[in-house]
Amino acid sequence: MSTDHDDHDHDHDHDHDHPHDDHDHHHDDPIARRNALRAEALESLLVERGLVDPETIDVIVARFEQDIGPLNGTKLVARAWVDPGFRQRLVADAWAAAEDLGLATGPGHTPIVVLENTPTVHNVVVCTLCSCYPSSLLGLPPTWYKSPPYRSRVVREPRTVLREMGLDLPADVEVRVWDSSAEVRYMVLPTRPAGTDGWSEDQLAGLVTRDALIGVARPEVARGTDPEVAR
Amino acid sequence: MSAAHSAAVLDWDGPLSPPRRNCELVFDALWESRLFGMTMTLYERRAFAWNEFRDRLIAAIADWERAHHPDDAAYRYWDCWLTAFESLLADKAICGSDTVERRVAELAARPAGHDHRRHE
Repeated sequence: MSTDHDDHDHDHDHDHDHPHDDHDHHHDDPIARRNALRAEALESLLVERGLVDPETIDVIVARFEQDIGPLNGTKLVARAWVDPGFRQRLVADAWAAAEDLGLATGPGHTPIVVLENTPTVHNVVVCTLCSCYPSSLLGLPPTWYKSPPYRSRVVREPRTVLREMGLDLPADVEVRVWDSSAEVRYMVLPTRPAGTDGWSEDQLAGLVTRDALIGVARPEVARGTDPEVAR
Repeated sequence: MSAAHSAAVLDWDGPLSPPRRNCELVFDALWESRLFGMTMTLYERRAFAWNEFRDRLIAAIADWERAHHPDDAAYRYWDCWLTAFESLLADKAICGSDTVERRVAELAARPAGHDHRRHE
């Protein structure tokens, strides 16, 4: 499960090579210059007071830009796997269910529809127009989700695209492709893998990957990794 | 506090949502990302409750909208965030406005060439 520490694993090469550093159009703008100075003043004061340190700021910014994981979505799925009542609520109203778990804050969220996978139906999510994505549940979208090939091809030939991504679905499983928009976002509720009876919610959540929540992968129990799984 | 928790307090939709391109956070200048990072660092260290900041951000955006025409292209989200953050620091007695003004003046008085900060 992701923790603060896990999020620090990425390399730090980019820290001082911010992609927007070289935008100099604001240098001629007095408000931008003033605000840059004020932000610098605040940072130096907070550093002196021991309240922030510059490296932590780098790490946190990088985390938000790149590394926010699908933690909230995995918790919803794990709870739905162990609690049929919660599963019903999640499918009926994802945000209400998220609030039950203390994962949603306040009104104004774009509606999220939870798509239940079954043994015969597999759902996969795309945003053909841009890259709408339920960030508050799934973090930031992966790069491939935004790529034109995924966006166009997964609609035309979902089985092929999924196979290329490592998910080979049997011919009798129906594939449904859902196109996100500004009005509605989707999250896939995968089927619970076999061999997970008696697992805790945390253990189950650990099986749920971001890709499974988008529908391009399925949660799997790695063989031999859990002593509780009877062989 | 986990990454996902602090992501969950941010508004990802509506006027309070940070600017994003393809759903990713967009910073047009280094100071904007530093400001964002400072705010989230203090929040994760529980220096304030999220609503204390959020209420000030709402107020800063509303103030800007009252003072400008809706089509004014000069609107920049992070300017409002800065206003909100400064007000929060003052009200929480973390950094008073006098202290901030003094530091701003000191930094502004540096010789030319020093104001384009790079960390090392």
